[in-house]
Amino acid sequence: MTFFPPWPNCIVLNTAGKNTEITRSVLGAYRKPKPAVMAAKPKLWYFHGRGRMESIRWLLAAAGVEFEEEFLETREQYEKLQKDGRLLFGQVPLVEIDGMELTQTRAILSYLAAKYNLHGKDLKETVRYQSARANTWFFSKLCLPIRRLRSDAAFQPGGRGGDKGRCFLALAVKKAKTRYFPVFEKVGCGDPDFLVGNKFSWADIQLLEAILTMEELDASVLSDFPLLKEFKTRFSNIPTIKKFLQPGSQRKPPPDSHYVEVVRNILQF
Amino acid sequence: MAGKPKLHYFNGRGRMECIRWLLAAAGVEFEEKFIEQPEDLDKLRNDGSLMFQQVPMVEIDGMKLVQTRAILNYIATKYNLYGKDMKERALIDMYSEGVEDLGEMIMHLPLCPPDQKDAKIAQIKERTTNRYFPAFEKVLKNHGQDYLVGNKLSKADIHLVELLYYVEELDPSLLANFPLLKQIQLYPPRQGRRVARSWAPVTAQTTLGTIFFGREQPADR
Repeated sequence: MTFFPPWPNCIVLNTAGKNTEITRSVLGAYRKPKPAVMAAKPKLWYFHGRGRMESIRWLLAAAGVEFEEEFLETREQYEKLQKDGRLLFGQVPLVEIDGMELTQTRAILSYLAAKYNLHGKDLKETVRYQSARANTWFFSKLCLPIRRLRSDAAFQPGGRGGDKGRCFLALAVKKAKTRYFPVFEKVGCGDPDFLVGNKFSWADIQLLEAILTMEELDASVLSDFPLLKEFKTRFSNIPTIKKFLQPGSQRKPPPDSHYVEVVRNILQF
Repeated sequence: MAGKPKLHYFNGRGRMECIRWLLAAAGVEFEEKFIEQPEDLDKLRNDGSLMFQQVPMVEIDGMKLVQTRAILNYIATKYNLYGKDMKERALIDMYSEGVEDLGEMIMHLPLCPPDQKDAKIAQIKERTTNRYFPAFEKVLKNHGQDYLVGNKLSKADIHLVELLYYVEELDPSLLANFPLLKQIQLYPPRQGRRVARSWAPVTAQTTLGTIFFGREQPADR
């Protein structure tokens, strides 16, 4: 990139080898910043599908963090991870980040949220910050029962389309409509822009994910929740999230029979 | 001076027990309001005290916190039981989640239909000896310290000890092959009432002198 100082060159250059105050300050104004150390990208180990890794993908994507993925396709891959001692409790998701091998979805989400400043308002050591953190935790956790129902649905005999699968999905939609969405709608009233602490937090991301996946199951699920509709529109347009929602992103599709087969084969159940 | 935290729950372990342990380990006195009749729970709901109509609920520092993990995280942060930085917290979270996974299986056992109970118990024992206990034993062995993370007491240690007691109630022999875990367990149960006197050697760094749990108040700290 060519650099065109607004002053004649003689002022920018050292005159007579002396570093005058004026020169230093001008140089300081135009000096390029130290090149940032290229941090290694986080690496995600999971099956090629949503499951428990999807909320982690959402969080990284929303934070604008590029990440790599290794997909588990065979039992051998999984056993190798276990044998190498990389899975603390023998389970995935596994995320390699900052020299750590983190497992346990919530632990990973919490670390990433803290690292990329998605915990709500950034006030350290104040009750407000701590309560904001506590709030984001439980708002985000709320989406879990619905998610569990959805993923369990895929693993019922006949998959999501079978009798039991459809039952689980219907229950997920019902819970969303009657228990969880009303609360978020009400809280949205108090804080027009964001769920927690007037700053985009991981609770917002999780809620958006829950809304979108519920809409996949029932397009009218938001019909009684105008504030949530508005929330969804607003958040879907945030550049990083908008990018993640485009085809070709690392977002995964709903589980199909092939996914279920791979997971059953690898985890042997 | 802030009032004591007030715990709203049934008079039993359930999801409140780990919170009681954590407060006790932090040396924090707390009050409890037991839900004994359906009307008690209805009242809490109608007052708008329960954000998602569920207990546990803890009144603390002017907030009415619900969701067990949120409560635990708040208490741990407040009383310095959550590590010194983000990375330590990640490890603490990871270990706590593992403890919770096994603890949840044990907690749900009474609700298990009788014909499935034996299979469930077998599964719990298998997971304990093959998945969870080896993981924690390995962590302790690798760094050779008394505590799971950062050579300092954290919520992970407290949750683990609580779990060890539950596993022992289920089957004491399960601890047999895990010497390091046995070591961090404290006094053996006495007549159903268990009181722990000290956590670890009291050093200048130890911030807790006494842990108590149950309804008894500590004699001294």
